[in-house]
Amino acid sequence: MAQPFDYAPAPESRSVVDIRSSYGLFIGGEFVDPVAGRSFKTLNPATEEVLAEVSDADDADVDRAVGAARRAFTRVWSRMSGRDRSKYLFRIARVLQERGRELAVLESIDNGKPIKESRDVDVPLAAQWFFYYAGWADKLDYALPGRPGPPRPLGVAGQVIPWNFPLLMLAWKIAPALACGNTVVLKPAETTPLTALLFAEICQQADLPAGVVNIVTGAGATGRALVAHEDVDKVAFTGSTDVGKSIARAVAGTRKKVTLELGGKGANIVFDDAPLDEAVEGVVNGIFFNQGQVCCAGSRLLVQESVADDVLDRLKHRMATLRVGDPLDKNTDVGAINSAEQLTRIRELSASGDSEGAERWSPPCDLPAHGFWFPPTIFTGVSQAHRIAREEIFGPVLSVLTFRTPGEAVDKANNTPFGLSVGVWSDKGSRIMGAAGRLRAGVVWANTFNRFDPGSPFGGYQESGYGREGGRHGLAAYLR
Amino acid sequence: MGAGTLLSPVPEELSAATGSDAALRRFLHGLPGVDQVGAEARASALAGRSVKATAKAFAIDLAIRMVDLTTLEGADTRGKVRALSTKAMRPDPADPTCPAVAAVCVYPDMVGTARATLAGSGVHVASVATAFPSGRAAPAVKLADARDAVQAGADEIDMVIDRGAFLSGRYLEVLDQIVAVGEVCGRPDGTRAHLKVICETGELQTYDNVRRVSWLAMLAGADFIKTSTGKVQPAATLPVTLVMLEAVRDFRFATGRQVGVKPAGGIRTTKEALAYLVMVNEVAGTDWLDPDLFRFGASSLLNDLLMQRMRMTTGRYSSPDYVTVD
Repeated sequence: MAQPFDYAPAPESRSVVDIRSSYGLFIGGEFVDPVAGRSFKTLNPATEEVLAEVSDADDADVDRAVGAARRAFTRVWSRMSGRDRSKYLFRIARVLQERGRELAVLESIDNGKPIKESRDVDVPLAAQWFFYYAGWADKLDYALPGRPGPPRPLGVAGQVIPWNFPLLMLAWKIAPALACGNTVVLKPAETTPLTALLFAEICQQADLPAGVVNIVTGAGATGRALVAHEDVDKVAFTGSTDVGKSIARAVAGTRKKVTLELGGKGANIVFDDAPLDEAVEGVVNGIFFNQGQVCCAGSRLLVQESVADDVLDRLKHRMATLRVGDPLDKNTDVGAINSAEQLTRIRELSASGDSEGAERWSPPCDLPAHGFWFPPTIFTGVSQAHRIAREEIFGPVLSVLTFRTPGEAVDKANNTPFGLSVGVWSDKGSRIMGAAGRLRAGVVWANTFNRFDPGSPFGGYQESGYGREGGRHGLAAYLR
Repeated sequence: MGAGTLLSPVPEELSAATGSDAALRRFLHGLPGVDQVGAEARASALAGRSVKATAKAFAIDLAIRMVDLTTLEGADTRGKVRALSTKAMRPDPADPTCPAVAAVCVYPDMVGTARATLAGSGVHVASVATAFPSGRAAPAVKLADARDAVQAGADEIDMVIDRGAFLSGRYLEVLDQIVAVGEVCGRPDGTRAHLKVICETGELQTYDNVRRVSWLAMLAGADFIKTSTGKVQPAATLPVTLVMLEAVRDFRFATGRQVGVKPAGGIRTTKEALAYLVMVNEVAGTDWLDPDLFRFGASSLLNDLLMQRMRMTTGRYSSPDYVTVD
């Protein structure tokens, strides 16, 4: 009889990070205290331990930050040659790589995501984004052919980012903005400010001119102040559809340009001729990567009825091997939910799945006693009318639906107010291309899921937002 | 999850599959395809598991118990085989707690020598057969080769399949040949030598082929499916072994029978061996973490395992002079 092969704990060392007890705001190239002196706490969601006191920026602080960004724009950054801007971006990219372990550990502590992901996905991709846009900074004349005049920056960008990929979303926002000659005021999410504040130090280390990047921490009020500030020329937001709508209302009728990257209810479509084991991997990656707290998560599984039982058996078998626990353990596959608030929402929507008659299944797993945890979960017997098939749960919860024909699969995948991502699984190229052409989603992945590359534009249809980030399209959002 | 729930084919379909060339072809080509990019990504993700401390100590001893210590050279002599067999029983002469390996793997004419040295030790004698490594000989010659090894006392027969027949789509011919060798494995006393089927995946090239050949061998009655002869590059790889482990897992769900897997050739370090064991653990399941169901076909791997084992017990890395060279 075989003995169990239990992997011993393999925790990544916390000693590489130095978390200060309190943080100021990063304005004009230095850390300053907030005017009103208010602060809030950021927690480790895996343990509920308080990590640091972080400044809560109010209108006056935001005004200071926008002022610093404006001065840096007019006096330095917009006058600098693209070649020189690219030099700074390359330098930041290299420092991100050099301090990669520190950033990864800090991200996992503050966000709750497994170190495997912060180390292998978040941080390397963030560096890639800076490398990619550094390369464009002196080639903007050739980036977007057919425009009437030479490309010019917009000015000051106010950027508000979410807590699910704190450093990576920062890179998505800051890298193209700076490459195009804009300066930025960025507000990280209130539950995950620490890597943005470490990024501020990296800006200092890279000798980035003062005021080109400003980081203001705070909650919704800070974000509203930034979006509403008169001297902001461009608003970029990634986050929930509700907040996105209020931002769209706030900037309507102003000169501000805006890009919104909002929620999603992505589907993985598994046809009966799919490579099933790899499709199951894709489904697992689609919904359990980052605890499902991903705007483009594959939170619906649309599986052809003829292989549905087979796929579900394989999926359950695979889910039983997922390791849920300490985010800093190198063998952890699924970490902590980012906040008590988010956990409440996941629980509430999952309960609606139960009450509406879907069948819940989770593999046996011991969740830690402290912190915010939710087990990997699937619901079967879900229909299009269920809340869990329509609303974004933003957690490790998969709704399984079936279909009979390719047409029905596409119709069901499209039948959502969102339109961010779809995965198509089939060994037949023509079937994939046929479906991809009819799917209303910003990203269609074929036989893979959650793949990101700085050269590839990303964005949504309908309530998933507008504008594109990444690639040359991402430059267009920061140029006039 | 109960046995029999997983995977499309059910037992009736399986017995019908071997009824004719056309049925077998339909069956094998009806198996789900393998996406190369996805399979390789999964294999490399599993190789990223961190196996330390107690888990590593456990895995190293398990890996030693799974080694088929192999010598398959034209230059093999009785002396060489005796030396290897001695090492197989006591891999670390200085440490009696070090387990013995699973088997010694030799050419048929060396089986008697290995048998004599290993008698009573519990270490099996495995013999390659059927015109190893190319398999290019008349069927009668191949059967005679296998029969000779069984009669000389081999516990396990590592046969090679006819890759030419497989690649030209003559699946039933390959199946019949495996069945015939399986019959030859029977001994007069009613017991039989275990049949390991070497697929030589380096020549079959695609993962789809690996999945098909795995099912074909299992349908033919293989006790083990083995990746390679070690004479062709690439030999064992993690993704090929992944596809084989998925096949034995699915075959067990369909039939209830557990078939073993043996990656062979090219596995030289403890780190690689641990990656394979992680894959066995998470893909096929913990039931397969047993020398009866998973083997490493290797020669130089053993010494690296021994050096790592010494490091685990003494806390120091020792020089290669502290393990035996054969």
